[in-house]
Formats: sequence, C-alpha cells, structure tokens
Amino acid sequence: MAHATTAEPAAPRAALSGALERHRVLAAAAFLAVFPLVAPFEALAVNILIHGLYALGFNLMFGYLGLLSFGHAALFGGGAYLCGIAIVHFGAPWWVAIPAGIAGAVAIAAIVGALAVRTRGIYFSMVTLALAQCFYYIFYQASDWTGGENGLRGVDLKAIALGPATLDFLDPRTRYYVVAAFVVLALWLLSRILASPFGAVIEAVRENEARARACGYDVTRTRLLAFVLSGAFCGLAGALNALHLSIVPIESMAIETSGLAVMMCLLGGMGTFFGPFVGAAVFLLLESIVSVWTVHWQLVVGAVFVLCVLFFPRGIWGSILHWAAGGGR
Amino acid sequence: MTATTRRRALAAAAAGAALAASPFRINVLRAQEGPIRVGFPVPLTGPYATEAQNQVRAAEVAIAEFNESGGLNGRRAELLPRDDRLNPGEAATRTLELIERERVNFIVGSLSASVQLAVNNVTKARRVIFNSISQSDAINEASDWSPYTFHEALNPHMTAGAVGRYVFSRFGKRVVFLTADYAYGHEMVRGFQRAGAPLGIQVLADIRHPIGQTDFSTLLPRIQALRPDLLIAINFGRDQQITMRQATDFGLKRSMKIVAPVLLYSARVAAGPQAFEGVVGGTSYYWRLEDTVPSAKAFNDKFRRMHNGAVPTDYGALGYGGVRTLLEACRLAGSTDTDKVIEAMRSLRYDYYKGPQYYRRCDHQSVQSVLIVESKSRDMKDENDVFNIVHIEEPNEANLRTCAELGHAG
Amino acid sequence: MGTLGFDLLALQLFAGVALGAIYVLLAIGLSLIFGMLTVVNFAHGAFFMFGAYAGVFLAARGASFWASLIAVPLIVGAFGLLVERFLIRPLYGRGIDYPLLLTFGLAYMMVEGIRIAFGTLGLPFDTPESLQGATDIGIGFFPTYRLFVIGATAAILLGLWLFLERTRYGLIIRAGARDPQIVRVLGVDVSRVWLLVFGLGTGIAGLAGLLAAPLQGVSPEMGGPVLAEAFVVTVVGGMGSLLGAVVAGLLVGVTVALTSLFVPEMAKVSIFALMAVVLLVRPQGLFGRPGLLS
Repeated sequence: MAHATTAEPAAPRAALSGALERHRVLAAAAFLAVFPLVAPFEALAVNILIHGLYALGFNLMFGYLGLLSFGHAALFGGGAYLCGIAIVHFGAPWWVAIPAGIAGAVAIAAIVGALAVRTRGIYFSMVTLALAQCFYYIFYQASDWTGGENGLRGVDLKAIALGPATLDFLDPRTRYYVVAAFVVLALWLLSRILASPFGAVIEAVRENEARARACGYDVTRTRLLAFVLSGAFCGLAGALNALHLSIVPIESMAIETSGLAVMMCLLGGMGTFFGPFVGAAVFLLLESIVSVWTVHWQLVVGAVFVLCVLFFPRGIWGSILHWAAGGGR
Repeated sequence: MTATTRRRALAAAAAGAALAASPFRINVLRAQEGPIRVGFPVPLTGPYATEAQNQVRAAEVAIAEFNESGGLNGRRAELLPRDDRLNPGEAATRTLELIERERVNFIVGSLSASVQLAVNNVTKARRVIFNSISQSDAINEASDWSPYTFHEALNPHMTAGAVGRYVFSRFGKRVVFLTADYAYGHEMVRGFQRAGAPLGIQVLADIRHPIGQTDFSTLLPRIQALRPDLLIAINFGRDQQITMRQATDFGLKRSMKIVAPVLLYSARVAAGPQAFEGVVGGTSYYWRLEDTVPSAKAFNDKFRRMHNGAVPTDYGALGYGGVRTLLEACRLAGSTDTDKVIEAMRSLRYDYYKGPQYYRRCDHQSVQSVLIVESKSRDMKDENDVFNIVHIEEPNEANLRTCAELGHAG
Repeated sequence: MGTLGFDLLALQLFAGVALGAIYVLLAIGLSLIFGMLTVVNFAHGAFFMFGAYAGVFLAARGASFWASLIAVPLIVGAFGLLVERFLIRPLYGRGIDYPLLLTFGLAYMMVEGIRIAFGTLGLPFDTPESLQGATDIGIGFFPTYRLFVIGATAAILLGLWLFLERTRYGLIIRAGARDPQIVRVLGVDVSRVWLLVFGLGTGIAGLAGLLAAPLQGVSPEMGGPVLAEAFVVTVVGGMGSLLGAVVAGLLVGVTVALTSLFVPEMAKVSIFALMAVVLLVRPQGLFGRPGLLS
C-alpha cells in the first residue's frame, strides 16, 4: 500500500508537492477550471469528473480502510437511478433529484455495509459483489420504474434555475462547470473528513485493527460509517452521471462498473487523495483516444495495465508523489 | 498531451467561444456549408463487432455513391464511425461528442434496443435527426419518439407478426416461448401473441431466461416434456447460437419446429450449419434477395466491388438504408436544414435495396417487407449461401401497431 | 407449472448435477491457483477461451478431438508457465491486488489477441462424432457428450487428487500453500512449485475451455461469464479446497436447475444469492479454513 502522502518531504521538489497536498482542494479547483481546454471533448471531460468522483468515493474504502469492495456499482447505479426516477416519475427539480440520488445510494450502502462489514479480505469483496448483483437484479426487474434493460430515459435537465439566472445545461461548457462545481464541493468535504478525528480513526483501523479495538474504537461501526460515506460520494457521482447522459443504463449497476472503480483506483494510486482522479482521467482518455485509432484498443489498454502493475505499482499519482518525496521510481 | 490534440483543443475552445457569442450564425454556418457529416455510433468492439463493421461498410457504400453522383450541389458527405461498445452510457457520450465537437448533421446507427434509446434521448433534446438501424418497439412509442426520430429497421412487432403468421398456419398452434428476459424479448412475445390470437394458438409456456445465459440444459427437458409443435426461441446473438446448438443436442428438433424470430446471417455463420439446420425465422434482408429484387442486386454489386467480393449482412444493409435515405432527403430538400430534411424524409417513397419502403407519418417507422428464411446445410451455392427465402411478407401499414395505440395524435 | 411429473423432476435434478460438473470443471483451475498461491487470476476466463481456440486451431490442422484433449492443456499450461515466470513472479509478496490488476489487463490482451488472430465473430465447434446424439439414462434421454463431460471432470479431479495427496510433489505443493517459509527452510525451491501450480491451474482452465466448446461454440467473449461462475463456486466451497469446489459446483448446478424450473428468469442471480447467504452464515465458505486471506 502506498503511504506516499504521509512521507516526510526529503528534497526541494517536495516543496511543490507539499503545497499541493496542503491546498489540495484549491489546486483541484484550479486544475478543473482549465481542464476542458485540454480535454478532447467536453462530454469526456464530464465523464472523467464523474468517474473520478466515483473512484474517489471507492478509495475511501479501498485506499484508506483497506477493504476491497466489488459491489460499488450498486452505490453508483443506485444514486443514478434514484436521481433519474425523481426526475422522470416525479418531475422533481435538480436540487431535489440530486439529494434523492445520494439518499438512495446511502440506503443501499447501509444495507450492503451492515451485512458485509463483518467479513474480511477477499470474503468482503465477494459478499459485496454478491449483494450488488442482487441489487442489479432488483433494479433490472423493476422495469416500470427503471426501464429495465432498455435503461431509464428522459432524465432531461435542460436548464438550471439559480435565482434570477438560468444556466443552459444543454450547453456542453456550462454542463461541465456545473458538474465540476459539485465535484469540487465533494473534494472539499472529503478533504475535511480525512483531516477530522474520524479520518484518523479510519487510518488507525487500517493500520492495526487489534490495536484500534484495544484503544476503544468500534471497528465494525467505523467500517460501516465509512461504507455509508463512500456510498454518499458514489451516489453523487451516479446522480451527476444520470443528469449528464440524460439516461440511466442498467450497465451502471453491472459488475463491470464495480471493476472500473478498482482499476481506476489502482491505476492512479490507491490511498492517495488525487490518485483515483488521475486513474479515471488516464483510463478514460486512453480508451477514448485509442478507440478512434484502432478497433483493437483493448490490446493497448490491457498492455498499459500490465506495464503499470509491473513498473509503477504505486499507481501513476502514487509514483509521482513518491518521486517528489525523494524516492526512486 | 501531443501538439495536435492541443491544437484541436484550442480550436474546439475557440469554436465554443464563438458559439457562445453567436449561436444562431454558427448553426447556420454548420448546416449550410462544408461536408455533410453523418455520425455513426455502432459497437465496433465486443460480441457484435463483425456485424457493426458490416454496418460501417454498407454505410460507406451509401456515402461513396452520394459523392460520386455529385453530392448536394458539390457538398460531399462523410461518415464518422464511433465505437459505442454496445453500452448505452458510452453511446450517449459518443453521441454528445459527435454533436458537440464534430458538429455532425445527422446520427445514424446503433445495434441494440437500449443503445438506440439512449442515442435517441440525446439527439431529441438537441434536435438532431437520428435514424435508428436496430430493433425496438419502444422507440416508436410517443414517450420516447420525437419528430427527429426515424426508424429504418424493422421493429419486434412487425418481425414477430410476419414470422407468426407464417409459422402458425404451417407448423402448428401449440407454442412454447423461450424468451430472453428483457424488453426486446417481451415485445416479440407480444407480437407473436397478437398475430396468433386470430389463428387460435395455444401458448403452453413462456419461459424467460436471463440475458447472457450460457447453458440451457436445465430448461430443455421441460420444453421437451411439454411436447409443443413450435419452440419460438426469442433471443439474440450468442444466447441464440447456444440455444440452437443445445436444443439440437437434446434432440428437440425431432419433435418440434424451432423458430428464431430474428435469424441473422452472422449468427448462422458463427454457429455453423448443424446447430441452425431447419430453423425458420425472420430478417429484414438477406443477400439472395438479389435473385428477385433489382435494387438488392445493384446494392450487393456495389458492396462487393468496394469490399473485396463480400456480401452485406442484414444489419449491414440497414446501415446503407439508414444513411442513404438521409442523403437522398438532403437532395430532395436542397439543403441540410433539419426541418426541411425531416419533411423530405416523410415524403420519400423509396426502393434502395429491398423493394419499396416509406416512413409512416405518425412515428417515422419505415414500412417495409419482412423476409422469412430457413437455415440450410445442403445445396449451398457458396459459403455465404446459408438461407432459403421461403416467404416475403409485403409492406403493409396494417401490420404495424396503430398510431393511436402508440400514443400519437395522427 | 401444472403437471410436474416425477420423471421431469428427476431429469431436472440430473441436468442440475450435470451442469454442476461443468461448474466444477470451470472452477478447479481458478480454485487451485487461488488456494495455493493466493493469486486471484482474473485471466481465468481468458485461459478458458484460449483453450477452446487452441482446440479450433488444432482441429483445423487435422488433429482429432482426442489428441486435442492432451495437446490443449499442454499448450495453454505452457503459456501459463510463461505468464507466471515473467509477469506474476515479480508480484509475490505485494498483496492480492497487484496480480488481480495484472491478470485483468492480461485478459484484455488475450481476448484482443484472439480477435486479431481468429476474427471477432464466433466459430462453430462440432461435437466429436462418436459422442453425438443422446443416451437413455432411465428417466429420459440425455446428450451423450454431456455424460462424457461428467466423466472427464471426474477423471481430472481424481488425477489431481492423486497428484496432490499421493506424490512427493503434491506434498510439497500442499506444504507450500500452508507455509512457504518452512518449505524454503527445508531447501525446496518454492518458486518452482508455484510455477508448476500456475501452469497446472491454467492448463486445466484450457482443458475446460476445450470441453465446453462443443456445448456452446467458440467466441472471444466466452470467458466472461465463466469467471463469475468459477468465482462463486470457489468462494462457496471455500478457497483452496478441492472438495469444497466439487460440493459447491454441484450445489450451484442443482440450484440453477431448480430455479430454472420454477423461476427461470432468476437463474443467474440465484447463484449470487446463494453465495451471499453462504458467506454471511459461514464466511470462510463450506470447506474453507478460517483466517485464510483475511
């Protein structure tokens, strides 16, 4: 596991990375403000924002608590569906629909978490996987509400009324900045949580469960709380995805979506603050650019994974932090 | 980040800024000058990659034909294929890219119900014409449909109706459905039941299996025990190939006729002659139509010339039809203006590759013939000759669900 | 449902057991590598698919099905040896996540490589002539080839059991799985043992792919569903327990058969529901040792 975030700065180049870590939300906001200028197209930039947030929420369990969940699609998809259903079936405005999505994901996380946090290691992965599959099935079958395999259509948010001003949500640039605003808010919240006493407890539980328990921390409760928090972030990502694409495909609840979070997180560097975001960006950019060159893009994507594992085991961002902190590769 | 992508990004940013400054003028500029751009999202990778590549090839034939005959007053057409990976989320993203960045005039494509509904949801909000070339009943219905939505493919109701009318009168009335459990499957069952009701069919069971099932051995003994005249296996792609193979292994063909409502050329090629021997089904196009229909002959010859003697598949041919109707409508309208092209599409009476067709006014569904084919393992002219066309149901609006039933005003 | 005769129910149960044998076959290779090396081989499905294509390749060059039964596991196993030596070995001791990610990427590459070599469209694979048709098993007719697959699975299991329990190498492998440190102290080259286990596991995965080819045809995507099913069987049975894999495979098969009879649309989710229940009641699986991999 990469602990580069906590490493002592040992070289001058660490000054920059140290500053980046201290003002990480500010740095992220500045980067996201100019990101659409360099991204190939806005819809992809928004996808990166959303999947970055999703991987970030997942990282709370995986990177910070050391529990590998294979069921986060239920949280992402649950957020997307509840947000979509609020709009399609109840005509809810965006400021109701997004909280509805988060609430849906939190509820699912509470159920999955309550059952799964008692198990460890690979068994935790398998229980979350199995329960997520059950949720997939429930949403698949409830086609009157979810559209089933056809997906939920008509999550049409054309404009966002903010007091006297109205933002045109169909305009790609505006859509990007609206989503980016939510993502920055989520980054700020997560940053605060990690810096809080609860963040310290999370770290303590990961480092030494027995000692944390001996110190009087309720390990099971900490895990459950972290899972639910993770659900809230993933649910927000799902809700934003529903608004961005104006549909909720059943694929958002599938195993592959759970796997995506794992891969993005590992690729970027788990347990680092920005790693999941970097992983999401690299993964989606690679996929998008290479798939226009060749139909055999999966060969390239697969090779990148293999090379990353062999030569950059800390993940891309983790390796950069490690290098900045004065380490080798 | 390479220099080219940066340049592209800067150009896009500049275009975006210009658009924000004066959306109307840019819109006119895009619509009336430069090449006519057709976005084409299809699943170029994954299980239907071969089919999707055939769609692209057929669409290229339509583009080449249009350009060789002078384009629209010298304006040429170009095709922008994108890989939708058979995933509605990816398809929606790619459609946004095509509309927002590539500024395409039209979207044609898709190879699954959920993908076409996703693309349609994106295009209708942005008032871009979408001509769908895969099957779905939902896209005709008022809740999904928009004036910008056209449906060049058959839909499950038309397909199941034609196949049902053919098989119920010939092979018997005691029916078991083996249905993939999703909207496409349920729509097919509804179509068969509607067609079968006046003929007095008796449904012994409607067994629904999860999509993507790889083993049907636990379903087949029960079907055997029910002793139906007909087993109608309503699934698609690999599910269908495995069903046919395992039904053959379990000896079901000895006591019942097996029907596959959508019987695809590529599925038959992939599974081999043994598994599909004697299976009857429906399709929108089969290349041997050239024996009787001159436009099919002309299309096949052009396709063969451009693609090393290969023949177009059924879904491939739809790629040709879907693109050509739009380009012909542009010529008819004398412009690429969305409203004018829609009007021209609605007035088309065309025979481009399979006999006469037209778009019904209320839902823009292409009214067309349905081919009934039977898979064969003997008397094959060459390796591409896998079906006999046993019947053609001529185009007839009466075989569609009514406009009122779909929720349309007129 | 209406009339549910005894014969149909019996045949249904038999079909479930037969399907269970196929699940066992799919799971053994994964279970072996999982249990012995604690490597989560996400490329298991790809090795399975690779085996089926190796069969296609050999058949096109005139090899009989029977010759392929020997050659395919050797070819796929040899490829597995290369993968272990050059890709997996550097990752030992780095935790369970890295081999997982690596094999995930490898699976992508293998599937795409097969698409480049054999095309994206699937290929037919005929049942060997002597095993075509159906056999009367007393309660009804059952495809002869499926009976053969049950027999082949039993033979593979027996061979594997004899190898692990009755040979010196087997003893070392089992010891290496429990405590590699001690084995190393005793002067055994553990890395060679792990190499062998990986080759064995992937070879069996390839053999399973060849045996499955006549049941479902061959396509580049055929390994996808296999991975999930094999995982369920391995986890329900308990990691690293061959007996567990057998019992769990049969249990999953019968579960699917009974679900198929009453609520067929739930057949796929039923195996995940079964896994959730087993894990919540008995977190280490039916025959697993508690504490492993936690």
